Amino acid sequence: MTKNIKASIRHLYKIFGADPEAALERVKAGMGKPELLETSNHVLGLQDINVDIREGEITVIMGLSGSGKSTLIRHLNRLIEPTAGEVLVNGENILDWKEPQLRQLRRETMSMVFQKFALLPHRTVLENTGMALATRGIKKADFEAEANKWLERVGLGGNGGQYPHQLSGGMQQRVGIARALTSNSEIMLMDEAFSALDPLIRTDMQSLLLELQDELHKTIVFITHDLDEALKLADHLVILNDGSVIQQDEPQAILLNPADPYIEDFVADINRARVLRVRSIMSEGAPEGEVAGEVDLNDNLESVIAKAEGALDRRYRVLRKGAPVGSVAMPAIMRALVPRRSSGETAKR
Amino acid sequence: MMSMADLVAKADGGSTHGPTLWNWPFPSLDVLNKACPAIPPSRDFTHGIESGFMAIRGGLRTVVDPLTQPLSWMLNDMLWLMTQTPWWIVIPVLMAITWVVTRSWRLVAFVLISIALLAFINHYTAAMETLAIIFVCAFICVLLGVPIGIAMSRSDRLQRIVIPILDMLQTLPPFVYLIPLIFLFSVTEPKLYGIAIILYAIVPVVRLTDLGIRLVDRDVIEAADAFGMTKRQKLFGVQIPLALPNIMAGVNQTIMMSLAMVVIASLVSAPGLGVLVLRGIRSLELGVGLVAGFGIVILAILLDRVTKASLARIDTSNSRG
Ligand SMILES: Nc1ncnc2c1ncn2[C@@H]1O[C@H](COP(=O)(O)OP(=O)(O)O)[C@@H](O)[C@H]1O
Ligand SMILES: [Mg+2]
Repeated sequence: MTKNIKASIRHLYKIFGADPEAALERVKAGMGKPELLETSNHVLGLQDINVDIREGEITVIMGLSGSGKSTLIRHLNRLIEPTAGEVLVNGENILDWKEPQLRQLRRETMSMVFQKFALLPHRTVLENTGMALATRGIKKADFEAEANKWLERVGLGGNGGQYPHQLSGGMQQRVGIARALTSNSEIMLMDEAFSALDPLIRTDMQSLLLELQDELHKTIVFITHDLDEALKLADHLVILNDGSVIQQDEPQAILLNPADPYIEDFVADINRARVLRVRSIMSEGAPEGEVAGEVDLNDNLESVIAKAEGALDRRYRVLRKGAPVGSVAMPAIMRALVPRRSSGETAKR
Repeated sequence: MMSMADLVAKADGGSTHGPTLWNWPFPSLDVLNKACPAIPPSRDFTHGIESGFMAIRGGLRTVVDPLTQPLSWMLNDMLWLMTQTPWWIVIPVLMAITWVVTRSWRLVAFVLISIALLAFINHYTAAMETLAIIFVCAFICVLLGVPIGIAMSRSDRLQRIVIPILDMLQTLPPFVYLIPLIFLFSVTEPKLYGIAIILYAIVPVVRLTDLGIRLVDRDVIEAADAFGMTKRQKLFGVQIPLALPNIMAGVNQTIMMSLAMVVIASLVSAPGLGVLVLRGIRSLELGVGLVAGFGIVILAILLDRVTKASLARIDTSNSRG
């Protein structure tokens, strides 16, 4: 599973204020965000960020409001200029790029979906969907078919002639997604794309995204402040707090081994039985002794517990696509349900 | 050298009792001049300004005159066109314009009735003259004002410079800037009142263009940037269309202010209904003045309704389609 690295962020710093260079020196010398704000009225937006974004994966950046998520994602298409650091896309440092090259990147390589949809209110749904193509100079008659195809794909086949304000929030964001897909970019940036939607619609949209991703294998950077959403979507989860990355890993690994108390608190309320999957806690090799049945490696623990009807002496064979890859025992499942405290024993799987 | 007290005492010369503290005069130019003729009286001061102005007048004219000459031509041509074309062509054309911008039969009928009423009381020519001047001046206001507003919206520095000028143009009574204009051009030139009207009426369209573009939703602008629009694509594809309701509100105000000013500008030979109002005032012909005033009210309502209706059309096509 070693995938190409599509984009990466290296030693990125962003400081908002009148003299970010001088402030950067202080930050590098060890000054923290509150202190910097107090002494020199500069906001430490991002601090020494290093993230690799792998091709075909959903990288989720999670953090509370004000942690710097929007600032971070806007460095990937240079809507925000960094104070220091590098942003590599397909191996090239886009900070060296001039205006035309950068424009091409935004038109063809990256597309973006916004929290508040940000559709053009004076253009129809179809015209909004074709915005990236229209920006490249393609006539409406020529992009219409492509735009309609993606509108169809997000379930808005008949709405092309309407105006954005005639649609509900969920439908507007579907247009936002169709607009990003129509640009046919390899990378999609989604800044809290579902945060403004009602919970039920939100779940729908998450499923839609996963469904599309199954088929299209885009490189997606998804931002959220919601842990459930992060766990549902992420292949790679980056946790941001006060402008620094405090842990990044596969989501299950973060749940099982939180790096610090902040993350422990964060994951404390999660329904672990539903989120943790068999693959994260199974042991490899053939099961010792008798097995009570078979489970898939992507089953969540809840379904295994249901299968065992609560009995603790069961052991299951784990299958991947029908072939046995290991085993899992009920006591291991129960142990995994108890959140690990960093002060306590190390709950090795 | 004499002290101030001596000067004042000497100025009061003949009087038997000297100035008391109570009626001590302010040491103004005139007072000082009485005491010491070497100090010029204020009349010389105003003369000085006048001759200074007359001295640069020639130079100023050689620059400003050719620049503004097209305005005179436009005004003359438009006045000629609207008064010489037969009424049975002009009225339908005005109705057609109303239809195009408002799509409202009621307003078309209103235009017909208003103009017919004015024509019936023999104010047709004056009303057409007034309209002709308003059309030309408002057109030039938009032509200059919208680009100025766009430039202001893009540069905070330019905005800081232009806003005080707009404030001044808006607060100065129009008579004040009529004065230098009268000296600069001869009273018979149409551009004299043309410039006065434009200076006065351009303010709202500039202001509201600037405001309108600055008020465009920042998220939408960010989306335009994120999809790689050039500045030009952003301006014409996003900013101007979304600012259009505000820009049109500015155009409406500009037209209304042109109407107000064209009445005042009859003082400096602008033709139209204002001339009749002025006649009413000058020769105390109450009836003439009142009827002309009534004509102005009708024109005001007409222009306001038509521009507001087209504004409402833009508003809905912007948000509702
Ligand atoms: N243009 C700006 N000027 C000053 N501070 C800013 C600016 N943009 C963001 N910030 C600050 O940077 C921090 C991160 O903001 P943001 O990236 O919007 O957070 P998030 O998207 O995670 O809610 C916040 O403290 C915010 O106040
Ligand atoms: Mg944000």
